[in-house]
Amino acid sequence: MTVALETRNLVKRFGGLVATDDVSIAFQKGVRYALIGPNGAGKTTLINLLTGVLRPTGGAVILEGADITGMAPHRRVQNGLARTFQINQLFPEMTPLQTVGLAVSERQGHGREWWRLAGGKREVIDEAAAILERFGLTDVMGAETKVLPYGKQRLLEIAVAIACRPRVLLLDEPAAGVPEEERHEILDIVGGLPDDVTILLIEHDMDLVFSFAQRIAVLVNGGLFMEGAAKDIAADPRVREVYLGEGGHG
Amino acid sequence: MTDIAAAAAVPQISPAADARLMLAAAARWRWWEFAVWIAALAAIVVFPRNLLLLNEIAILALFALSLDLILGFAGIVSLGHAAFFGVGAYAAGLLGKFGYGDPFLGLAAAAAVAAVLGFATSFLLLRGSDLTRLMVTLGIALMLLELANREAWLTGGADGLQGVTIGPVLGLFDFDLSGRTAYLYSLGVLFVLFLLARRIIHSPFGLSLRAVKQNPLRARAIGISVAVRLVAIYTLSAAFAGVAGALSAQTTQYVSLEVFDFIRSADVMLVLVLGGVGYLYGGIFGALIFKLMQDYLSAITPQYWQFWIGLVLVILVLAGRERIGAQLTRLFAPLLRWRRA
Repeated sequence: MTVALETRNLVKRFGGLVATDDVSIAFQKGVRYALIGPNGAGKTTLINLLTGVLRPTGGAVILEGADITGMAPHRRVQNGLARTFQINQLFPEMTPLQTVGLAVSERQGHGREWWRLAGGKREVIDEAAAILERFGLTDVMGAETKVLPYGKQRLLEIAVAIACRPRVLLLDEPAAGVPEEERHEILDIVGGLPDDVTILLIEHDMDLVFSFAQRIAVLVNGGLFMEGAAKDIAADPRVREVYLGEGGHG
Repeated sequence: MTDIAAAAAVPQISPAADARLMLAAAARWRWWEFAVWIAALAAIVVFPRNLLLLNEIAILALFALSLDLILGFAGIVSLGHAAFFGVGAYAAGLLGKFGYGDPFLGLAAAAAVAAVLGFATSFLLLRGSDLTRLMVTLGIALMLLELANREAWLTGGADGLQGVTIGPVLGLFDFDLSGRTAYLYSLGVLFVLFLLARRIIHSPFGLSLRAVKQNPLRARAIGISVAVRLVAIYTLSAAFAGVAGALSAQTTQYVSLEVFDFIRSADVMLVLVLGGVGYLYGGIFGALIFKLMQDYLSAITPQYWQFWIGLVLVILVLAGRERIGAQLTRLFAPLLRWRRA
């Protein structure tokens, strides 16, 4: 098995607070992971370190064998590491078609072309249209994103990341805030993502975690508490104590 | 156009074809756009006595368009855009003074000098808030003003740059006293640069600028280098502003220190807000409204005409352009329905 993404002794301190405490973990290619842990365990900080939004205090991030610790966020995306956000980060006054089309066009390297009208490249449009169709967004592709129902915006959030054609995808609570009746749509999409993509899912919803993940990593107080096969983690009494017990509050 | 017609003829179109049509529609020329340019040209015949004013309007419109490129499409605020107008004006003016009076050579030089300045200073704007950007741009324009003031041997200092001689446009059309050549020249340059700007904002690059403006965090997360895009558009905007400055220097055959004045930077922002930010025509409509009000009101009340400009600005910003626009649309809705039918 090859390692897709890896951290080595990763540390992040904010003043006196240790948000990420010596985390060394390897994500194998094509495997679905879930990252769980109580609130304040450092999940989001870890994601921000992986994607380059934050610089670590110490340690390294390795993407497909290459050290990307100091690499700018947009360069990491170009190198196959994409993400979604816990709170929607979309372009409110652009349409889903423009949003996904832009992501595809950037990935294909047309982003700096100023002499050509957007929408002129067949390979961009075809791929964007296919992604929108797969995510059930074809009906609304011409509407401004800000007027879309929340569930559709959530789908677009994932669709944009997929348009970057990542080899490693970080999903930060994809179903957060989605009403119960629209949840299955998100779950189906997440479950149906391509097999060769390594996925790291951060999620509070245990049903989603156990239906999705092959392996689970548990973070507690910024440190890696445990990492293992999903069924072993589910059965582990210590995990039940630190995480599932506390999860009852949220 | 033929493949649009073909696609429309097929009753069931695929999502991809639909998407293509949708994107093509965004860049299509609207009827009123043609009307704007035809009216601008017709103004030569209709208002032969006001060509000097029309020339000023065209130059101000280009200057405001240059600001729109950064403010409307990339979200960069500036209170020092006169810096680029000024260096463009001095570049063209100095060339004219020292015997290189070809108008297009002057424009090219002005664009180049302003672009270099824009490129160099763009790096100061990459980080920081709107307030930082306002202060940095303001500061740069102030420094240039004092530099031009101090180096009087070159710029003429407070007396202004005298003895600027500009040759005929294309070697054929001399600048006349009525302003006919001046207006046609400025309008032509405005039109060409407008076409370029229009092309750019509807390109993949233009789309990426809007993305950067609306959400830089997500723009980075789809692999866009935000810094590179901002540097590129700022440099282009500076070049446009430099050309506007050059047009001013060439058509008046004079450059004064006022080209760098803070008032000029503030006015161009005001003009753009009057006309509307982020749809390319804001600069043109704004310049028209601003200059006409200035011309009309200053004839009635020479000292206090800016009062009325201020009032209009306050109403426009508080009431919101959309609401005023919606009222107008409702007013004209029957007419539009009739036109469609």
